[in-house]
Amino acid sequence: RLSAGTAPQGRLLCGPGLRRSGAGLLVTKCGLLRHRPGGGGAYWVDSQQKRYVPVKGDHVIGIVTAKAGDVFRLDVGGSEPASLSYLAFEGATKRNRPNVQVGDLIYGQFVVANKDMEPEVVCIDSSGKSSGMGIIGQDGFLFKVSLGLIRKLLAPKCEIIQELSQLYPFELVLGMNGRIWVKAKTVQQTLIIVNILEACEYMTAEQRKQALAKLSGN
Amino acid sequence: QVWQIRLDMHLLNHDGNITDAASIAGIVALCHFRRPDVSVQGEEVTVYTPEERDPVPLSIHHMPICVSFAFFHQGTYLLVDPTEREERVMDGLLVIAMNKHHEICTIQSSGVVMLLQDQILRCSKITAVKVAEITELIQKALENDQKARKEGGKFGFAESIPNQRITAFRMESAAVDTNDVEEQAGEIIAKAEPPSEVFASPVLHTPGTAQIGEGIESSWGDLEESEKEEAAEEEGESEVAAFECEKVQTEDTSTLRETKSDVPIVLSDSEEEEVVILEPQELPRKTR
Repeated sequence: RLSAGTAPQGRLLCGPGLRRSGAGLLVTKCGLLRHRPGGGGAYWVDSQQKRYVPVKGDHVIGIVTAKAGDVFRLDVGGSEPASLSYLAFEGATKRNRPNVQVGDLIYGQFVVANKDMEPEVVCIDSSGKSSGMGIIGQDGFLFKVSLGLIRKLLAPKCEIIQELSQLYPFELVLGMNGRIWVKAKTVQQTLIIVNILEACEYMTAEQRKQALAKLSGN
Repeated sequence: QVWQIRLDMHLLNHDGNITDAASIAGIVALCHFRRPDVSVQGEEVTVYTPEERDPVPLSIHHMPICVSFAFFHQGTYLLVDPTEREERVMDGLLVIAMNKHHEICTIQSSGVVMLLQDQILRCSKITAVKVAEITELIQKALENDQKARKEGGKFGFAESIPNQRITAFRMESAAVDTNDVEEQAGEIIAKAEPPSEVFASPVLHTPGTAQIGEGIESSWGDLEESEKEEAAEEEGESEVAAFECEKVQTEDTSTLRETKSDVPIVLSDSEEEEVVILEPQELPRKTR
């Protein structure tokens, strides 16, 4: 239980892992409690998790599992498949359908995601532009990591990605549901990047720098 | 007496093949469980609390364990205990549940692979070897736990998890010299002959099973018994390494290295009335 120190100015933000109950806060996940003092303050619990729960606004990578009329079924790693309408792509009309096959990878964001309804994914933002979303290209490699690593990689100026980009040029798509898609020039380079990203969960910064130094030395 | 027992399984983390792990966890949980003792006198039923009388174990007659096989390339390649990535790209899956008396309890085939009779027989032989090892592991773990409880040592889930030690990505690193791999690969490709023509003509083996197309001849038919036992032993060893990561730590893993040679099938304390033994029929050998 948290005890309020000085009376906070402005609104205190209650982040993931915390829940309001009556006058106090309850912790719902195990992890480290973090605090951000700026702008009224925010508290949240940093927890390690591999299982994804759909959240509205999250950008995720989904796998198309079925085509049902006008709607595609996407596996996003949650408890049920999400639906994606064929009109939810940039420039898609009834005549101009997007070329989506079963087994394709889609990068989209959740427009509906709560515990009572089936989640819905779209590949356009509020102004109708795709802004990087849509069908992910051919080849490449998709793998799964924990959600904490994704958040670390998505932080601005992430060291891991900067160090990796010095190694080989590659394309990278990060989904908040724990999925990462990588594509480099050759299969071997792709697999090396995949192995490093997977191992980054447990390596310290020192070990990572050593591993990368060994690789770029060879 | 009729008791209703409920088994809840929580999956914390997995890297594929949840069926096998869940079957082992379930049967061990049931073997380990103790229920309250009961005495019935006429119409009176007295249920004793754990303080009054020691709880008694359930009557488990046998321990069925599942073993999964993943098939690739229309049955050419077989993998025992597939990982998550292998499961995603496999053609077909065969799950065999067997107990240590070599009785098949469940057999389930899914996917788009047509399996031959001798393939299924080979799989059941591999299953028998694996189930024997796993059952022995389970017995040891249950004995250790019982000993620890009697002597007042530490036991339980929290104690069995290795502390301060990361067990993910644990594999023996094999140093691979990749300096001139590309040249070597190029040489091999240049020297190899192009693959021969494949004619699609269905071969009818027995009524009900047919095989269409054969790229590479399956070499299972030529395996000697001893070779197969060695192969199974190797799989058993790598399986042991995986167990150390995920299951209860047991002390003597060294005894597993001495795999028993072909144990004669013991039918004595099995409860089956009528036992059907699968025998391989004489199948016409394909010639190239």
